[in-house]
Amino acid sequence: MSVFGDVPLAPPVAVFKLSADFREDGHPQKVNLGVGAYRTDDCQPWVLPVVKKVERLIVEDAGLNHEYLPILGLPEFRSASSKVALGDGSAAIKDGRVGGVQALGGTGALRIGAEFLRRWYNGVNNTATPVYVSAPTWENHNSVFADAGFKDIRPYHYWDAAKRGLDLAGLLDDLEKAPEHSVFVLHACAHNPTGTDPTREEWKQISEIMKRRSLFVFFDSAYQGFASGDLDKDAWAIRYFVSEGFELFIAQSFSKNFGLYNERVGYLTVVARDSENLSRTLSQMEKIVRTTWSNPPSQGARIVSKTLNCPELFAEWKSNVKTMADRVLLMRDQLKAKLQALGTPGTWDHITQQIGMFSFTGLNPKQVEYMIAEKHVYLMASGRINMCGLTTSNIDYIAQSIHDAVTKVPQCRS
Amino acid sequence: PLISWWGGVQMGPPDPILGVTEAFKRDTNPKKMNLGVGAYRDDHGKPFVLSCVRKAEELITAKHMDKEYLPIGGLGDFSKCCAQLALGADSEVLKSSRNITVQTISGTGSLRIGANFLARFHGGPRDVYLPKPSWGNHTPIFRDAGMQLKAYRYYDPSTCGFDFKGALDDISKIPEQSVIMLHACAHNPTGVDPKPEQWKEISDLVKKRNLLVFFDMAYQGFASGDIDRDAWAVRYFIEQGHNILLSQSFAKNMGLYGERVGGFTVVCNDTEEAKRVESQLKILIRPIYSNPPMNGARIAATILNTPDLRSLWLEEVHFMANRIIKMREQLVAGLKKEGSSHNWQHVIDQIGMFCFTGLKPEQVERLTKEFSVYMTKDGRISMAGVTSANVGYLAHGIHAVTK
Repeated sequence: MSVFGDVPLAPPVAVFKLSADFREDGHPQKVNLGVGAYRTDDCQPWVLPVVKKVERLIVEDAGLNHEYLPILGLPEFRSASSKVALGDGSAAIKDGRVGGVQALGGTGALRIGAEFLRRWYNGVNNTATPVYVSAPTWENHNSVFADAGFKDIRPYHYWDAAKRGLDLAGLLDDLEKAPEHSVFVLHACAHNPTGTDPTREEWKQISEIMKRRSLFVFFDSAYQGFASGDLDKDAWAIRYFVSEGFELFIAQSFSKNFGLYNERVGYLTVVARDSENLSRTLSQMEKIVRTTWSNPPSQGARIVSKTLNCPELFAEWKSNVKTMADRVLLMRDQLKAKLQALGTPGTWDHITQQIGMFSFTGLNPKQVEYMIAEKHVYLMASGRINMCGLTTSNIDYIAQSIHDAVTKVPQCRS
Repeated sequence: PLISWWGGVQMGPPDPILGVTEAFKRDTNPKKMNLGVGAYRDDHGKPFVLSCVRKAEELITAKHMDKEYLPIGGLGDFSKCCAQLALGADSEVLKSSRNITVQTISGTGSLRIGANFLARFHGGPRDVYLPKPSWGNHTPIFRDAGMQLKAYRYYDPSTCGFDFKGALDDISKIPEQSVIMLHACAHNPTGVDPKPEQWKEISDLVKKRNLLVFFDMAYQGFASGDIDRDAWAVRYFIEQGHNILLSQSFAKNMGLYGERVGGFTVVCNDTEEAKRVESQLKILIRPIYSNPPMNGARIAATILNTPDLRSLWLEEVHFMANRIIKMREQLVAGLKKEGSSHNWQHVIDQIGMFCFTGLKPEQVERLTKEFSVYMTKDGRISMAGVTSANVGYLAHGIHAVTK
């Protein structure tokens, strides 16, 4: 008799299963448009030149050791991360009411924030506070908040499949109807998976309702710099909300914009009303960190910190980020052009209107199955593709495959 | 907002161990000693980066590897050699592939994953039995995961040694299917380990009570200097048929503290069960941090899988353990020289980084105030903070407050 005799086999995480299936496929023209990591035009992973440079500096620095970081993380990393999100001239930072927690990737930042909210927000240990995530959203958002103890996780209207854009009316309506103090997870830019962001005017409307109805702002910022190629542009929404006086959380990831996926570099920026509230909040976050991972890993934080805090390296990094963003923008332009040239039924403007790594193609599950089985083009069942998987070598094949999927496999009724 | 969301958030109490270091930093006495630190220091009181680590880092840098996400369960090379290190290369468990070992965020991350797994899947009582005392962080880890804590007698303050009878007595009363936590070697904070004969009796009793064993092994190699010797209890229990849970840390034995390298193992009945358990561990891990950091695991795997580096590592671990043992001997010699009439044998008998001196809180306070020797209130000192230069001063201070 085993204690674990009753443990059921859990289903695999979809995006990793997709990559596993792709790996096993022997077809010469196979393409992986699944997992969200940048690829060069040769379809290779890209270690940023600035990262290579800084890593060498770190390895060669005999004065560095492997001692524990403080529980909340590397101090230089923490201050630099807040600055990157809120801007150099941030009044909130000057007022001493901004702090944060170094975390394991964006996931870790979300988890620490979620755990804190469950314990200390809207009462003490109030697991009933509603948490709203966009429909659709990154699939792990649900699990993060659920495992943090929240019992009531709800979707808010976001993606309008019919018009292939933002369902603003639905979103605003959900904001108006949400119970006061509900938590809303907002994507700062380059919405995952749809690539569809609110315009500045739309953000202002969202902000007005959230302020009026006392809703909590929890930004997920995984693509700063990666979306438009410009750090400040991509942080506009975050900075607007801060300037509007919100106390908020920002879960930042440096996985994509630094290409540091496997070093787990993230940060939870906390903006509080004043430094006194901030310090009590951070003291409680320390306790959460202590029982989760004790203190964070140093390698990735050192790389990011060195880069952000040195003007030359910072400039080089920004240019590396722009390289990535520009290639994605180019692929978007070319994919749309090719689909239009093929005369593929439907409108394809959304491909260039959407932003960031992902595109919600609008392909339905049957068409996706066709793409995978017949064309060996791997994408998520939702129709999400990673634009980084497109290259000048494979874009014709991909465009043709989409064309075939749309013309040969019927559209579902929406 | 006019009022803050966080108005009701209480100030968290300062961490008892970190607080020691904070106070130490503020002290201007040139003779001050920090014996709270749970990290190895060389004989000059400096952090020690192992040569095998530096060499491994050079090898890794030369390979120009990418930075793609690791699988949720971590670096495969690492998990394999991590399990092998603990269980032994000839382990029947490894041969039958009936373990699942995942890379974790050092020992804390490993314990937390284990605790979360128990909370979700263990059909037995919610109680986890810790030795009294245990590492301070064990309690909040299990509690935050949703388990409850109980204790079994372990440390005997009258002998500064193992309360074997008390332990057996308490263990015999633990309800069936409860979880019992055992420190594999170099018990933290006491440095008191059961002898092999005692481990055998504990194993029999635990089997009789049908308890689920969770081993915490944070000091393999660091205790005796010999990795196989330090893993003896773990391997014995497995041979005796216990399907254990095991947490490993490479923070101390490879000096990789800040890189957060650890492993969590569940020994299952068979491969099929291991696959089911693995799938559920992934479901637990993904919403915490998605997948673990590469750097430290890559270093550890390189060391363990490169024969030259592995030999070098074994030498360096042996060296670190020996320095600690020497400091224990010198401390006792120093106390004798000072004229202390107390029995300090426990300082030599205890093993690993920590020593439960037996000092009372008032004595600890005096030692800190009058001699600037910083340690935790329970009388625990980290031998790693003792050097040949300051051991005499320490002996002098301890004698002064205990004579």
